[in-house]
Amino acid sequence: MSTSAKAPSRYPDTHRAALESEAIEIIREGIAVAARPVMLHSIGKDSCVLLHLARKAFWPAPPPMPLLHVDTTWKFRDMIAFRDRMAAETEVRLIVHTNREGVDAGITPFTHGSDHYTQVMKTVALRQALDAGRYDMILVGARRDEEKSRAKERIFSLRNARHKWDPKAQRPELWHLYNTRLKDGESLRISPLSNWSEADVWRYIAAEAIPIVPLYRAAERPVVERDGQLIMVDDDRIPLAPGEVPTRCRVRFRTLGCYPLTAAVESDADTLDAIIAETLATDHSEREGRLIDHDSEASMERKKREGYF
Amino acid sequence: MATTLRFVLCGSVDDGKSTLIGRILYDCRQVFTDQMQRVEEDSHRYGTQGGAPDLALLMDGLQDERRQGITIDVAYRGFRTPRRRFIVADAPGHEQYTRNMATGASTADAAVVMVDARKGILPQTARHTRIVAMFGVRHIVLAVNKMDLVAWDRGTFESIDAAYRTVAEEVGLAQVASFPVSALTGDNVTRRCAHTPWYREPGLLAHLEGLETEPPAARQPFRMPVQYVNRPNPDFRGYCGRIVAGDVLPGDRVRVTPAGTAAEVESIVVWQGTRDSATRGDSVTLTLKPDVAVSRGDVIVAAQDPLEAADQYRARLLWMGDEPLTVGRPYRLKLHTHEAGATVTRIRHRVDVEDGSELAATQLELNDLGVINLATNRPIPFAPFDESRELGGFILIDRATNATVGAGTITYSLMRAANVKWQDFDITGEVRADLKGQRARCLWLTGLSASGKSTVANLLERHLVSEGRHTYLLDGDNVRHGLNRDLGFTEADRVENIRRVAEVARLMVDAGLIVIVSFISPFQSERDFARSLFDKDEFMEIFVDASVETCARRDPKGLYTKAKRGEIRNFTGVDSPYERPERPDLRLDTEKLSPEECVELVIERLV
Repeated sequence: MSTSAKAPSRYPDTHRAALESEAIEIIREGIAVAARPVMLHSIGKDSCVLLHLARKAFWPAPPPMPLLHVDTTWKFRDMIAFRDRMAAETEVRLIVHTNREGVDAGITPFTHGSDHYTQVMKTVALRQALDAGRYDMILVGARRDEEKSRAKERIFSLRNARHKWDPKAQRPELWHLYNTRLKDGESLRISPLSNWSEADVWRYIAAEAIPIVPLYRAAERPVVERDGQLIMVDDDRIPLAPGEVPTRCRVRFRTLGCYPLTAAVESDADTLDAIIAETLATDHSEREGRLIDHDSEASMERKKREGYF
Repeated sequence: MATTLRFVLCGSVDDGKSTLIGRILYDCRQVFTDQMQRVEEDSHRYGTQGGAPDLALLMDGLQDERRQGITIDVAYRGFRTPRRRFIVADAPGHEQYTRNMATGASTADAAVVMVDARKGILPQTARHTRIVAMFGVRHIVLAVNKMDLVAWDRGTFESIDAAYRTVAEEVGLAQVASFPVSALTGDNVTRRCAHTPWYREPGLLAHLEGLETEPPAARQPFRMPVQYVNRPNPDFRGYCGRIVAGDVLPGDRVRVTPAGTAAEVESIVVWQGTRDSATRGDSVTLTLKPDVAVSRGDVIVAAQDPLEAADQYRARLLWMGDEPLTVGRPYRLKLHTHEAGATVTRIRHRVDVEDGSELAATQLELNDLGVINLATNRPIPFAPFDESRELGGFILIDRATNATVGAGTITYSLMRAANVKWQDFDITGEVRADLKGQRARCLWLTGLSASGKSTVANLLERHLVSEGRHTYLLDGDNVRHGLNRDLGFTEADRVENIRRVAEVARLMVDAGLIVIVSFISPFQSERDFARSLFDKDEFMEIFVDASVETCARRDPKGLYTKAKRGEIRNFTGVDSPYERPERPDLRLDTEKLSPEECVELVIERLV
C-alpha cells in the first residue's frame, strides 16, 4: 500500500462527521419503522462503534433496541469479560444466545471443521435467536470494504422468513430512500457502517474514546502456529501436538471471533495511533485472519445466503 | 483536501468497467496481497485474460458474476489516492440490470461512462447517460476504452467524443471530459500514454482527483425532514433528522410543513449536550418552543422560506418493476421520510432512450423512462429535484410484492390554480354551475353490494331534483352496459373501470352538475385517485356502511349466495377484500338509519 497515505491528519474531520451523520441517519430510519428492532453485537470494534452511534442517535433516550450476542462458547475470554462489563455499565439490554443443541452434540471447531462448526454454532444459532425474537429491523456492523460479496450488499438488505439473502433479487436502493416494507417473517439487515473503511473505524474509536477489547492492542500472548497462522492459546481446550509448547509472541488481532478460528498478527502496535498507522500501512486484508472465509470459494456469499451475519 | 468523490461507472456490458476500477485500485496500491492472490487463482478458473490476472474479478463479488464473467449488481468500493478519497459504484452494463445501475447512480457526484472504441455509442450508453442526468449527476467523464485495439486512432476517439457530446447536450449535461484510454493497461487512466502524443490532458484519475463537485452554493434556506420523534420522558420531546439544506441556530424561527405551524428552535441536541449551530449534512435532534405537533414525514423549514406542499406532480420516472406501470393503479410512495399512497394519473410520454424523442405510451415497461403526472393521497412537502435531491426524489413501491418498482424525480407541482391549461377556457366549471344556481359536486358512495348505495343514491337524486338541482347518477349498471362494456373483472380492468367513472364524473362536475356516483369501489387507493381529480370541497366520500353479514342476508339480487357457491369469482366481501374508508367525509350506517335519514344527513353536509 502507498506509504504516502499514512498520516491520519491528512483527512479532515468533516469526513468523519459525514460518516457519523450518515450512520445515525440510517439507524434512525430503521428504528423509526421497526416493530421489533435488535442490534447484533459481536463484541468486536465495529459492534462497539455501532453501539456508540446508536447511543448518539437517540440521546438523551437510551437506544430503543436490545443487543443480541450469539455466544458460540469459543469466544476469547477477554471478549466475554468485556461484554459483561459493558452490559453492566450501559443502559442497553443484552440478550445472549447459544445453540444448546450444538453444545450438547459436542460441536467444536477442532473436531468438526470450521465450516460445520460455523454453520451450527453461528449461522443456526443466529437463526434460532432471530426466530425467537421475531425481529424485523436488525442493525449490524458490516462494512462493504470487508469482503467483496459485502461490497454488493444494500444498506437495507432483505432477508426472507428463513433469514436467507438472495443476491440476485436485491431491491434497488435509490438516494437515501430505503424501502422498509416487509411481509410476515421477512426482516432487514441494516448496515449503518456500509461506507466506512477499517481505518475510518479506528480513527473514530480514537476520536470518540470508545472502549474496545484489549486483544486489539499488541501484547505478549501464548500462540501456536496452525497452517501458517498464529492461533492464541486462550484456554486448555486447544489440542496440542505431543511436545508442542505455545510460544509467547507480541501479537494483536485485527478482527475478533472465535479464538480457534481467528489468527493473530505479529505487531508492536499497543496504542490507537500505532494501530491506525499499522492499518494504513498493511498490505493484507482485515479478514485474512478469519479462517472461515477461506473454506471454499465464495464462502462468505454462501454463508450469507444461509443467513449468516 | 477535496471532499470524498462518489462516482458511478456505467456503460454497456463488456465495455470494461470492472477492469477500469480494478486497474485503478491496483495502480493505487489499494489491493491487498491476499486479495490479489485470490484474483490470480480465480483468473485461472474464470478469467477473460488468458490466465493473466483479470482485474475485473476484484469487483465481481458474486459467484454468478465470476462464473458468467459479467457484473449483475452494483459493487461499492472505497479507495484513496494521496489527493482524494473516493467511493466508486461499479454498475452492471446489461439492460436487464438497469435498476441496479440506477442504485449506483442515485448517490453519485460524477459518472464515468465507458465506451468500447470499436463499438461506439450503444443504446445502453445513451440509456445510462439519461439515467445519470435524470438523477442529478452533473459531471460526466467519458472513457473511450480499448483504444489499444484500434491502434490509438485519433479519428476514432474524436468521432465517438463528438457523438457522445450530442447525447449529453440533449439531456442537459454540459460538463463532459473525454479520455482515450486502455483500462487493461492503465494508459491515460493512471499514467500518461506513449501512443497518444495528440492527447495532452492529464489522465482520467487525475481529472477525478481535481473535480469540484460542490461549488459554494448561495445560502440555502434551512430544511430538515423529521425521521423520528424522540420522547424518552414527559419533559423531553426532540425531533430527529438529517439537515438537507441550510443552517440552523437556536432561536431561529421555523415552520413545520405541511401543517404550517410556527415555532422557534429551542436547542440543537447532540450526544451529551447541545450545539451552537448545525448545517447541511448533520444528523441532529431539535427541540422547539412552543412544543407544537410534529411527526415523522414533516419537514421543519426556515419560517421565512416556507416549503411548498402538493398532492399532484409532474415527474420523471424510471420504471424498475417486472410488471409494467399501469395508470390508476395504487402504489406506495416514499419521498424523504414521508410515505403516502400514490397513483400515476397519466403517462405523458415515454422517452426513447437512444434519441430522446417523446413516444406516446399507455404503460411503462421495465427499464423505460417516462414523464408522468402523479397524485398522492395527501399533500407532501417537497422541492423540485433540480433544487434538492433529498426533497425531490421519490420511489414507488408495489403494494402486493413490496418491490421497489419506480424511481422518480419531481419536476414541479400540478396545482390547479397554477395550471395554465385550465385557465385557457373563458367558461369555467364555476360559471356553468352558477348558471344552474348550484355548486357542482361529486358525491361518491362506496360500500358493499347490498349495503344500500343504490337506494340512498336514488332517493338522494329525487330529493335534489325536487329542489331544482341539476344532477346525474352514475352507477355500476348504467356504466357497465355502455362506456365500460369492454371491461371485465380482472384487476387491471377494475382499476380502469373506476378510472373512467371518476373521469366522467369529473367532466360532469365541470359541466356544473351534482354527480352521484354509486360504486362498490372497494380500494381506498381507487377512491383516493377519484378524489385527486377534484378540487378540495368538490368531492365527498360517503361510506354506506353495513356489515357483510347484513348485506348477505339482504342479498336482493342473490349475488352473495352465488358467490358463496363459487359461481361468481372475486366478489367483494366474499373472496375479494373491501377496504373500509380510512377517513370518509360522511358515514351512513344503514343498519341503524333509514334511507330517508341517510339522505337528510347528506343534504345537511351539502348546505
